[in-house]
Amino acid sequence: MFQVMRIINLAHGSLAVLAAFALFVLADRYGISPFLGILIVLPAMAVVGWVLQVVVLERASRAGRLVPILATFGLSIVIDNLLFQQFGANTRSLAPYIGDLSYDSWQITDDISVGKIAVLTLVTAVVVLGTIQIFLSFTQLGRAVRATAEDPDTAGLVGIDARRINALATAIAMASVTLAGAALGMRATFDAYAGGTQLLFAFEAAVIGGAGSVWGTLFGGIVLALGQSIGATIAPQGFLIGGHVAFFLVLFARLAIPGSNFRAFLAGALRSRPA
Amino acid sequence: MTTLAVEHLDVRHGQLQAARDVSFAVGSGETLALVGANGAGKTTLLRAIAGAHLPVAGRVLIGGEDVTALPAHGRAALGIALVPEGRRLFVEMTVEENLLLGRMTGRRGEWTLERVLATFPNLKPRLKSRAGTLSGGEQQATAIGRALMGNPQVLLLDELSLGLSPLVVDRVYESLTTLMRSGTTIVLVEQDLGRALSVADTVVCMLEGRIVLESAAAGLSRERITEAYFGLRAGREQQGAVP
Amino acid sequence: MSAMAVSVERWTTRSRVAVGVVIVVLIVLAFGPLFLTAGQADRLTALFVYVILAAMWNALAGFGGLISVGQQAFFGLGAYFAVRLADAGINPFLALFVAGLAVAIVAVPLSYPMLRLRGGEFAIGTWVVAELTHLLVNLDTLVRGETGTSLISLNTYDAPARRAYIYWLALAVMIALLGVLFALLRSRTGAAIQALRDDEVAAASLGVRVVGTKRILFTLAAVGAGLAGALWLATAITFQPKTFFGVQWTAYMVFMVLVGGIGTFEGAILGAVIFFLLETWFGATGVWYLIGLGATAVLFSLMLPRGLWGAAEDRWSLRLLPVGYQLKPRTASKE
Repeated sequence: MFQVMRIINLAHGSLAVLAAFALFVLADRYGISPFLGILIVLPAMAVVGWVLQVVVLERASRAGRLVPILATFGLSIVIDNLLFQQFGANTRSLAPYIGDLSYDSWQITDDISVGKIAVLTLVTAVVVLGTIQIFLSFTQLGRAVRATAEDPDTAGLVGIDARRINALATAIAMASVTLAGAALGMRATFDAYAGGTQLLFAFEAAVIGGAGSVWGTLFGGIVLALGQSIGATIAPQGFLIGGHVAFFLVLFARLAIPGSNFRAFLAGALRSRPA
Repeated sequence: MTTLAVEHLDVRHGQLQAARDVSFAVGSGETLALVGANGAGKTTLLRAIAGAHLPVAGRVLIGGEDVTALPAHGRAALGIALVPEGRRLFVEMTVEENLLLGRMTGRRGEWTLERVLATFPNLKPRLKSRAGTLSGGEQQATAIGRALMGNPQVLLLDELSLGLSPLVVDRVYESLTTLMRSGTTIVLVEQDLGRALSVADTVVCMLEGRIVLESAAAGLSRERITEAYFGLRAGREQQGAVP
Repeated sequence: MSAMAVSVERWTTRSRVAVGVVIVVLIVLAFGPLFLTAGQADRLTALFVYVILAAMWNALAGFGGLISVGQQAFFGLGAYFAVRLADAGINPFLALFVAGLAVAIVAVPLSYPMLRLRGGEFAIGTWVVAELTHLLVNLDTLVRGETGTSLISLNTYDAPARRAYIYWLALAVMIALLGVLFALLRSRTGAAIQALRDDEVAAASLGVRVVGTKRILFTLAAVGAGLAGALWLATAITFQPKTFFGVQWTAYMVFMVLVGGIGTFEGAILGAVIFFLLETWFGATGVWYLIGLGATAVLFSLMLPRGLWGAAEDRWSLRLLPVGYQLKPRTASKE
C-alpha cells in the first residue's frame, strides 16, 4: 500500500486488530472456526479498505504529503477507541478456537520444537508474499500496479486507470491485514489498543527490509523477530526493546553506508533476472 | 475525415493562461507540426488534448466524438497516445515491460511488439534492460513504441529532439517518416523548425498561448514563419489551411 | 504603467492592537492565583501546558515539515528527569525547569540520525523512539515499572502556595517558549524556517541551511515538550510512565494543531484553547471523547487542512501577530 500510493497508513495496525476482533466475534458468538472465518472477514475487510480509500485516503493524498499521515493517525485513534468501546479492556485470543493447533508443535530434536502455528504463519507469509511478487512481476495488471506506483500521471496516458489500481492495492493490503490479524490472534493475544504495537512492528519490518521490495519485508520481519527473541532472552522486558534496537541499528546502518545494504543487493539480484 | 479537432480551447497552467481560444483540426493520415517558442503553450496544449490537463473551456473531439470530459486513460482507450516531453518512461521497468504496458489501452490493431521492434530495431538487444539505463535515442524509441502499442488513432509527439544529438534525431525522424507513410495521424511539437517543416503537412505556430499562424507546410517561407514565431507581425493568418 | 511605491513593514496597526491585547491578557493571567479558585487555577495551568504542546508540535510540523507522532518521548523524559533530579535532592521547582532543558541533551544527538529520515519514515521513527524511551525508563528501579513514583518533595509546600508557584511557572514557561518561537520566526532563522515550510528545495538553493534549521526546530520542540511534561508532573505529582509516554499526547497535539491551523503561530494557540474547552466540557465522557477527537482530526485534515486560523487567514487576509512581512502601498498623500 505504501509503495503504490505513497501513503503511510498509520491505521494499518488498528485495521489488523479490527480483523482479529471480527474473527473473534465470529468464533465466540457463532462458533465459526477462525480459519473459516477468514473467508468471511477477508472480503469484508477488502470492502472496508475500498470505502476508506474512496472516502478518506484519496482526498488525503491530494491534499499534500503530510495530510495522509495525520488523517490515518486520526483514523487509528477512532478505530482503537471504537474497539475499546465495544469490547472493553480485556485481552482476547483466538487460540481457544483453534484447538490444539495453538500450542502444538513438531519435535525436531530433543531440545528444539517448533510451534505449528508459527510454521503455519511463516508458510502463509511466504506464500502470500510470493504470490504478490509473482503478480507484480509477471502479470499485465501487476505491471500496471508498478507503473502507477512509479508515475501515476504517465500511467494515465498509457491507459491505466489510477483510481482502480489504487483500489486494487488497497484490497490487497486489506487482505494481508486480515491475515495478519488472524495470525496475531492465533499466536498471541490482542486488545483494543494493540493496533499501535502491530503497526510499529509492521513498519519496522518493512523499513529494515527496505520499503521497496516484497522479499525485503519478509527478511525485515525475520530480523525484527530475531531481535525481539534475543532481547527476550536477556531480560523479560527485553522483547520489545530488542526489536526496537534492531530496527534502529539497521536503519542507521543503512543511512550510514549508502548502497551496501540488503535492499540494493536484493534489488540488483531481482532486476537482472528476466521479468 | 477529421481525426482530431480542437475547438476554442482555453487551458490554464496554475495561474497562467497557457492556451487561449485554440482551434484546429487534423485529418486522417495527416501530420500537423505545432511550433512556437518556449512557453508558447505547446506542451500544455498537447497534454490537454491527451487528457492529462483539464481545459477551462472548449472542446476536444476524436473522430467526431467529444472527449473533453474524459480523463486521460479514457482518451487513451479512444485512441489518443501522447509521447510526453522528456519521454517519461517507467524507468524502474524494462523496455519490454514499458512496451507491453502500452497495451493497457485495450485497443487492437496492427501494432504488436514484433512490429514495434521491426520499426525500431535498435531496441531488440535492449528488451530486458531497465528503461533508466537506455541512451536518449533508445528512450525516445521506447516511448514512441509504447504509444504505438496502444494502436492509436492520433499520435501526439512532444519535443522529440529534446536532449538528443543530431544524428540520433535523424534516426528517430527516419522511423517517423515510415510511420507517416503508413497513415498514422500525427501532431508533432518541434522546436527545430527545419525538421518540422520537412515532415509536416500543416504548420500551426503558437505565441503566448494563441495561434498566430496556420498554414500548409508546402510553400511556407521561412520568413513568414519566423515572423509568426517571434510575433513580429500581429494578427492571425489563414492561408490554404486544411479543414 | 506607473509603478506603485511600496514599503516593507513588519508592524501594521492591526498587529499592534493584537500584540497589545495579548500583553493585557498575559498581565491579567499573571495575577491569576489572586482571584481564581483552586480548580480554575489548575485548569488554566493545564491550558498553558496545552498551548506549549501545540505551539511546539506546530513548530516542528507546520514550520519544519516534520510530522512527529512521538513527542511524548520528550514529554515523558522531561517528567522523568524531574523525578530523578528531585530524588537527588534538588529543589522540585528548579528540578522541573532543569529537567525540561536537560531533554536537549538527548534531543540534539538524536536529531542527527532522525533528521536523515523523510516524511513517513521520520514519523514512525519518532514513534519508535517514544516506545523505546518508555521501555528504557521503565527499567529504572526508581520508577518501578508501570507503578511509577511521585514527586514527593513537592508536598513540602502547602497546597495553595504550591498551586500558585506551579501556575506561575507554567505561565512563565509558556510565555518564554512562545517568545522564543516568536523571536525565532522574526529573525533570519525565522525567514529560513518559513522558506523551508514553503519549499525545501528552493530554500536550499537560496543557501538556507536546511538540516541545521530543522535541528533547531527539533531541539526546541523537544525541550518544549520536556518542559510541558515536567509541568504536567507538577500538577499531577505522580509519575506513571504509561500516562506520560502514551500516544494520546500526540493525538492531542495533532488535534490542536490541525483544528487551530498548521503552520501558523496563532493557529496553534487557538487550537489549544479549543481543545481545552472541549476537554473541560466533554472530557468526562471517556472513550467517546477520544473517538470524537480522532474523527474531528480526520475531518479537519480532509476538509479544512489549514485549520480554522489558516482558513480565516485565507479568507480575510488576517495576520495578527507580526511574524511576517507586509507590503504596504505608499499613497501619495502620505509622502
